[in-house]
Amino acid sequence: MIEEPFADGHSIIHRIDPRFRVAAAVFYSFSVALCYEFPSLLAALFFSLSAVVVSGVSLKMVFKRLAVVNIFIVLFWLVLPLTYAGNISYSLGPVTISLAGIVLAAKITLKSNAILLVLISFIATMTFATLGHSLSRLKIPEKLVFLLMITYRYIFVIQQEYQKILRSIKVRGFIPKTTLHTYKTFAYVVGMLLIRASERADRVYNAMRCRGFKGKYYSLTEFDADAKSWIFVTIVTGFTIGLITMELLLNG
Amino acid sequence: MDKNQTIIKMTGIDFAYSENSPILKNLDFEFFKGDKVGIIAPNGSGKTTLFHLMMGLLTPSSGSIEIFGKPMKTEPDFAEIRHRIGLLFQDADDQLFCPTVLEDVSFGPLNMGKSRKEAIEISRRTLDFLGLSEFENRITFKLSGGEKKLVSLATVLSMEPEVLLLDEPLTGLDTKTRSTITMALKEMDVSYIIISHNIEFLKTTTRKTVTLRGGRLIADDQVHVHIHDHAHVHGDVPHKH
Ligand SMILES: Nc1ncnc2c1ncn2[C@@H]1O[C@H](COP(=O)(O)OP(=O)(O)OP(=O)(O)O)[C@@H](O)[C@H]1O
Ligand SMILES: [Mg+2]
Repeated sequence: MIEEPFADGHSIIHRIDPRFRVAAAVFYSFSVALCYEFPSLLAALFFSLSAVVVSGVSLKMVFKRLAVVNIFIVLFWLVLPLTYAGNISYSLGPVTISLAGIVLAAKITLKSNAILLVLISFIATMTFATLGHSLSRLKIPEKLVFLLMITYRYIFVIQQEYQKILRSIKVRGFIPKTTLHTYKTFAYVVGMLLIRASERADRVYNAMRCRGFKGKYYSLTEFDADAKSWIFVTIVTGFTIGLITMELLLNG
Repeated sequence: MDKNQTIIKMTGIDFAYSENSPILKNLDFEFFKGDKVGIIAPNGSGKTTLFHLMMGLLTPSSGSIEIFGKPMKTEPDFAEIRHRIGLLFQDADDQLFCPTVLEDVSFGPLNMGKSRKEAIEISRRTLDFLGLSEFENRITFKLSGGEKKLVSLATVLSMEPEVLLLDEPLTGLDTKTRSTITMALKEMDVSYIIISHNIEFLKTTTRKTVTLRGGRLIADDQVHVHIHDHAHVHGDVPHKH
């Protein structure tokens, strides 16, 4: 069982053929990942933000997701300015801060957020079964789709088991302190988590097999390459080509 | 069709999770079309294990399994027949994995090659049959324990299997839901094996009960014979033990 908070909406994006959404998201994300100039990165971030707004998903949930990713990005901000070699640098007492490092960290931040936002808007708005189905309809090899889907599902299995274990230690009055008991408990939690998640994963897979699953995903979602789907890809592709052009001009 | 058609035939089955503690020893079992069998046996005696062996989820260390007259040796053999046998897992959390109820219930029919329209139709009919019509858009992980159990049953029934293997279908259910399941079982024209600790339930839904002792399946005298014995003394008066 998977929590898919963005999947059950009824916005225009939810109603666009999932295959088109996947293709558009992939093309756009790759292009953004290759962008390097601030104007194009800012434009991309703005476009992604608009896409999220259009998809009508809960902005609160979106920012929660963003927060998780940005915690990792903070690491770049801590490390890059101190370690990245560049011409311009400032000395603050014993430490040297490189301007190139700061610029790089900022670019990584813009890129990651722009890509993440578009993935939320285009991809997270479909259920995982639909995603699997559209990937195979896009002629991605079946084995690869299966691997992707299973990995995705097990992440949620692990999260679910983790919450269960947390609840069970909380109701028995566990309060983390800096004691041996605390460390031992955390070690048990992690160990238990791995074992339980893998066992549950086995059992869910068994249940799928019992219901005739043979490695192929089907979906209840209608796949309909209608006019609005074509307009949608045209807009995304058009914008992406614009980004690439801008990038080339700024570099040229 | 031949009433005495053998559906499941297990011969000399040995099974152990770890070598020094065998769970099933030289077990024989034969299940015919139209049979309604109850299994009542202590916790940890190997009931769930037995079901999983029948479905090919576990492999016996020796012995043979024949289903619908075909020897079951490899995974493809089992994959071939699984949709004809519906296994309800003891833990409903293992059974449900799609986000919405309707998607989960139509997972089986879609795998069996039904079109999207047919799958939705069958799923709606099944949900309706179990009194779950309002559930189709509910999120599976937000259901209560008992609701999950009922929806799990729907996911099994939607494959329209010829045989049901129900692993403790009543646990965690209230009286009303219990009678829903009892009624559903009586109404359907399927063969089934039910694992349960509920004597009353087995009494009304099965014609024969077996138990596991020493790793073998033997006739059980707690449910049917016992009740029959008492019937001589108390006549038609319903009574409890
Ligand atoms: N995955 C496993 N690995 C090792 N041992 C197991 C595993 N699953 C079950 N067992 C053991 O095998 C025995 C039989 O388990 P099984 O689940 O078949 O019992 P059961 O009759 O269904 O019990 P219950 O009434 O509690 O559901 C138990 O002693 C159990 O500890
Ligand atoms: Mg059991």
